[in-house]
Amino acid sequence: MSALLEVEGLRVEFGTRHGVVEALKGVSLSVGPSETLGIVGESGSGKSVTAFCVMRLLDRAGRISGGRIRFRGEDITRAGRRVLAPLRGAAMSMIFQNPRAALNPIRPVGAQIADVIRAHEAVSAREARDRALALLEAVRIREPARRLEAYPHELSGGMCQRVMIAMAIACEPSLLIADEPTTGLDVTTQRAVMELLAETTARRGMAMLLITHDLGLAAQYCGRIAVMEQGQVVEEAAPDRLFGAPRHAYTQRLVAASPRRDSSVAGLVGEREPEPVTSSGRRLLEVAGLRKEFGGAAAVEGVSFHLDAGESLGLVGESGSGKSTISRLVCRLLDPTAGSIRFEGEEIGAIPAGRFHKSRWRREIQLVFQDHGESLNPRFSAFDCIADPLRRLLGMREGAQLRARVEECAKRVGLPGELLGRFPHQLSGGQKARVGIARAIAPEPRLLVLDEPTAALDVSVQAVVLHLLDRLRREEGLAYLFVSHDLNVVRMMCERTIVLQAGRVVEEGRSEALFAAPKAGYTRELLAAIPHFEPRGEPEAEPVLIQRTQPMPG
Amino acid sequence: MRGVAGRAGRRFVSSLPALFGVLVFTFLLMRVLPGDPAIFFASGPNAGQAEIEDIRRRMGLDKPVPEQLLLYLRDVATGNLGRSMTTGQPVLNDLRNRLPASLELTFCALLIALVLAVPLGILAALRPGSAVDHGVRLICTLGVCVPTFVSGLLLIYVLYYLLGIAPDPTGRIDIFAAQPPEVTGFLLVDAALAGEWEAWWAAASQLVLPACTMALFVLAPLARMTRASMLAVLTSDFIRTGEALGLSRRRVILVYALRNALLPVITIMGIVFSTMLGANVLVEKVFSWPGVASYALDALLSSDYAPVQGFVLLMASIFVLVNLVVDLLYGIADPRVSIG
Repeated sequence: MSALLEVEGLRVEFGTRHGVVEALKGVSLSVGPSETLGIVGESGSGKSVTAFCVMRLLDRAGRISGGRIRFRGEDITRAGRRVLAPLRGAAMSMIFQNPRAALNPIRPVGAQIADVIRAHEAVSAREARDRALALLEAVRIREPARRLEAYPHELSGGMCQRVMIAMAIACEPSLLIADEPTTGLDVTTQRAVMELLAETTARRGMAMLLITHDLGLAAQYCGRIAVMEQGQVVEEAAPDRLFGAPRHAYTQRLVAASPRRDSSVAGLVGEREPEPVTSSGRRLLEVAGLRKEFGGAAAVEGVSFHLDAGESLGLVGESGSGKSTISRLVCRLLDPTAGSIRFEGEEIGAIPAGRFHKSRWRREIQLVFQDHGESLNPRFSAFDCIADPLRRLLGMREGAQLRARVEECAKRVGLPGELLGRFPHQLSGGQKARVGIARAIAPEPRLLVLDEPTAALDVSVQAVVLHLLDRLRREEGLAYLFVSHDLNVVRMMCERTIVLQAGRVVEEGRSEALFAAPKAGYTRELLAAIPHFEPRGEPEAEPVLIQRTQPMPG
Repeated sequence: MRGVAGRAGRRFVSSLPALFGVLVFTFLLMRVLPGDPAIFFASGPNAGQAEIEDIRRRMGLDKPVPEQLLLYLRDVATGNLGRSMTTGQPVLNDLRNRLPASLELTFCALLIALVLAVPLGILAALRPGSAVDHGVRLICTLGVCVPTFVSGLLLIYVLYYLLGIAPDPTGRIDIFAAQPPEVTGFLLVDAALAGEWEAWWAAASQLVLPACTMALFVLAPLARMTRASMLAVLTSDFIRTGEALGLSRRRVILVYALRNALLPVITIMGIVFSTMLGANVLVEKVFSWPGVASYALDALLSSDYAPVQGFVLLMASIFVLVNLVVDLLYGIADPRVSIG
């Protein structure tokens, strides 16, 4: 059978301010009819550029400088709009990351689906609408007739992605390109969307090109996987072979750095296991009956937990579970509606959030943010970012002492001293993460609240940052309140874990026990929804029927 | 929809203090300006002190300023804006007679400006950095730089004096043409209602030059805003979605991009409209247009307090009203507003 899509030696250049950058350096791929090919790789590897090239959606700065793209035997490398417009949407479609932004915000979703149908087929408005309704049913949106008139902002992220899928499959294309389709969605929503994609493509005999940074996702849903690094495909094989016995050094690194059911922080970066942390048994933080309302609705309800000095506690849950709210309450950036927060036995929950920065406890509780780029002042150099809390909270003056302290912090987080003069935009993601961590540990806090600290990082960088955080905790005796949606990360980083759902604690316990034998149904759902790739093992074969305790979010 | 109305209502109530502030401020401003209206309106240069004192008493100027203010506020509350010394008419009547002229001119100018600016902005945004883009930028810059009295006079010179296409640039309608019966005060509307197409044509041709002069002046903010927001929208994800799913170029640009890009233009439009209404005094002067702005200017020059105060109050009210309308339009155009 001849290939549906063939990419041969594709080269793409981007004209930038610093000259021409080659984004793709001879990429070759092929996708057969009704086959699912995965492309995995980290940011900057060129996987999305490849997809955009196939759809010929590169922006102005990008230029195909070599190679060929053939779709159904036809060369479309240099095809014009007249050739492409009938293909796009009808023969090959694409769905994107961030589904809500991918939909027109001021047009009802039904009209948007109908737009696609009417762009390719001469049907009446009424017929297009009926078909849009049928498509919404096909992507399993509840109350589809009502949703036809809904605007994207009235739908959840998962529902928006379903609408996007409905649009993409509306004209029965033979190839569907999915560019990080579930990044940013909750695990259970991710699972539901991926199941829908897999089932839809299988039923309609469509081929799929799945682009993802998540090896587990690729392993679970793809027949063949290509690994990309720096604009090249370095290895291509079936998932069992690829993850069971990776041949290329980069694939090996990638596989090693991806958290699995049984991996440990040291294991990710290929180091020996350190001694387990023994708890001091001294109470550092005690939270009781915490409640927070926003506009009358409780986001957090009756949450109680405690944290010992030097201990690490994980908070997991899906979006809306209240985990970020709790972290902000503990950081004293928000005022609780009710309940107490005791730090070192003193009630700090009563100090108004607006005045907490003047309290002596501010330096004891520090934060590490999710988006390391956004959370650094773009006009501060790395040095100033780290020095700022020292000046403000410790009242240190400019001079040799401050400089020495900042340099020491940088050294502790493994940030080379010569980078201290740089500004955030001149640093890589991993380096920015280090600056953010150095800033947090600079005033020598006893409690660090980490809000999804690695969610925006590539797996290899994530592995290094997690290892750094783990080492810091051991060396400095810090206590962590670790907020994450990634259960594997929490299991590795935390001795104890709290599972949250809709603002309440569902389950709490030692991490190993909780993840090995979850008691609550909700915890089981979360665990079952994580895509796995098991080296030397079968990727989970039996389709677990999820019994939801909550209505489907997606 | 209910939410939008609620928002508009709240906005209206919250603008009342501002209106009151404007009222008091203008009152005080007029009192500190140099010039004594009593002397100005006395019968002649040789009017005696007694006559001036008499006029002053009749105008209530002999009372202390706070008391004058209270009296003035009471009058305003009862709908009495005072009497103009220049025309001898109640200010309310004068404004009512002249406002339609200004509104008609402003509406037409805004319409012309929009009809030109939006396509120009789109063209410029579709090819940034191209000759078209630079051409639009040039037109906009010229429109802003050249004062309206210069561009107005230029238009008159070329179209009336040299080419003789345009009619005599004085007033709203040719003095020899029959005035349509007054219904709304808007000549175009009245003439159309009465079916007097000759009068309609006469009014329209008088209107073209001043309207174009003003349109030229506000072309720039509208066109630049359209271009900027169109450029931003064209790079957004949902435009890429439209492209990826094979929608026609026309549909992507007109339905997907333009409708989103027009949201900020609506806001600018409200500001532009309010500015035009007050700032078109020069155009009204050049074209002898019997509008409210030239009326207020004349009153100001002769220290005639009541019309100036009435004019400022009118402008402030219109500003509030326009903002309300913009709010309502925005709420209809953007479904996200009523929620967030």
